[in-house]
Amino acid sequence: MTLKLISLRNLMRRKTKAAFILAGLVMAVATVVGIITYVQATRHDIAHKLEQYGANILIVPKTENLTLSYGGLSMGGVSFDLEEIKESELTRLAAIPNHKNIAAVGPMVLGVASVEGRRMLLAGVDFKAAAILKPWWHVAGRLPQDDEVLLGAEAARVLNLDTGQRLSVNGRSLVVSGRLALTGSQDDQLAFLTLAAAQQLFAKAGRISMVEVAALCKDCPIEDMVRQISAALPGAKVMAIQQVVKSRMEALAQFQRFSYGISGVILFIGGLVVLVTMMGSVRERTQEIGIFRAVGFRRTHILQIVFLEAGIISALAGILGYGVGWASAAAALAFLGDAHSGHVPFAPGLAAGAVALAMALGLIASVYPAQMGARMDPNEALRSL
Amino acid sequence: MSYIIAEHLCKSFGSGATAVHAVSDLSFRIAPGEFVAIMGESGAGKSTLLGVLGAMNAPSSGRLQVDGIDVYALGQDRLADFRREYLGFVFQSFHLVPYLTVIENVMLPLAVSPKSGTEKRRLAAEALAQVGLAGKAKRLPGEISGGEKERVAVARAIVNEPPVLLADEPTGNLDSGNSREIMRMFQRLNDSGMTVIMVTHSAECAGYAERILQLSDGRLTADRRTAEAPLRGAA
Repeated sequence: MTLKLISLRNLMRRKTKAAFILAGLVMAVATVVGIITYVQATRHDIAHKLEQYGANILIVPKTENLTLSYGGLSMGGVSFDLEEIKESELTRLAAIPNHKNIAAVGPMVLGVASVEGRRMLLAGVDFKAAAILKPWWHVAGRLPQDDEVLLGAEAARVLNLDTGQRLSVNGRSLVVSGRLALTGSQDDQLAFLTLAAAQQLFAKAGRISMVEVAALCKDCPIEDMVRQISAALPGAKVMAIQQVVKSRMEALAQFQRFSYGISGVILFIGGLVVLVTMMGSVRERTQEIGIFRAVGFRRTHILQIVFLEAGIISALAGILGYGVGWASAAAALAFLGDAHSGHVPFAPGLAAGAVALAMALGLIASVYPAQMGARMDPNEALRSL
Repeated sequence: MSYIIAEHLCKSFGSGATAVHAVSDLSFRIAPGEFVAIMGESGAGKSTLLGVLGAMNAPSSGRLQVDGIDVYALGQDRLADFRREYLGFVFQSFHLVPYLTVIENVMLPLAVSPKSGTEKRRLAAEALAQVGLAGKAKRLPGEISGGEKERVAVARAIVNEPPVLLADEPTGNLDSGNSREIMRMFQRLNDSGMTVIMVTHSAECAGYAERILQLSDGRLTADRRTAEAPLRGAA
């Protein structure tokens, strides 16, 4: 016979009340867990999409000229060959503190060439990096080798060329290895060569016009990456392409703040449910408490009995609450779609937190009822018998 | 040497003109091993006095000493310990905890003791055997008769082997056969040295006591010693 046994037996006897307290706590904990899981999964999803998004940092040479184009319309000559970055300097990127967050570095050489008698923009790219930097590329044919060229959709249409045909670039004959499906970007207008072929064609050995960088910034602010790259390449201008991600993150942060507010209200209601039910339970047990006190239980023993009951229900509620919250978040993510994989991993830290939260809520809400029971005068309790 | 000394015990409820004086200026001494019956009409203050003697109802004034201990000078925790170590209670309505088995009810006063589970169970089994209920240890209170419930209550009261047994109308809910059985049990406990203080309406039950304290309107109107308790030893 122990106080624990008394608590357990009482819980078994008052199943409805125990179930009511359990339901209140599960609801509160599940809400918090559900929201945290949803927000974490969405953050992870955004980070994943950021990776899919391709290049999110642009490195260009520092220039004093202002851009003479707007919305794709050029208002003057393009000065690509005014400034360049040395290709060898790119090795410094491997030394920045957040170098592990760099997924791909794509150097690019740009130049204007005469193609089939037309002046057009050619780009020399690292096609290996392009696979990461430009995941939206769909190539009909294959990526080019040294004497080959890949045409943007619009360029192929204007030049009326298809895969396997030859074309003359600055008097040099190249084969069209493939053509890009329409991307809706400036890539449609361009012809792409390997980096080495372009450097040779424009006599820019060891030099590049710009660099695209894909940074995985799930765990680091992209501004930090920009600062680190700027410090590594003082002669270059480093820009973050982050508007879309930023606005989405801000929306998520707003949702998070709102959800935490709602969670707070639900936790408060859950606490009230426990408080009211436990008070009812203690009042209902006046006779029992009178007997316990009469046979020599101290006030602390009555507190222990009530807290043990609250603790047992709360621990169970924490476990169930995590499960329900996790399942709700998974269902919400699947329902809201948004291309999420639907897989929500088990988070041991969050599960432990859910149990701790339920225990804290259940025990705090039981303080007053427990004190009420402990303060009960044994003689008064006996007179109620 | 007196074991229990009550000095000018008063207990009032309410205040001013509406105050009810349940117990007024009661003084008496009870020697170790005495069997005392407290008698009186309804409202005479018998149960209030038992509550005061049972360390559960602090007197408005006066002093209670048990075994040299000034009972109401103790703090709350020590008072609870005192009840556990010195007193056993038997209530009129049994007051068993309905969701605990018979043996668990008997073990209740041992729940907060540092004794091992095996030791607690052994003591409870012994107490149950003493009241003749060894075979019903695993029953719930709802599964036994009224007389058996009272015997379980007695077993619970004596499991700690307290020096004083307090009983409030212990036979009030029992038929004559069961009443006699309970009284014989009290007699046996008293014979073994336990001080028994019993509140009763029944002259027959009081016949088992060596001494009768008669109360009326909260005052002690008679304190008579039965030269030889007439029913003691009666079969």
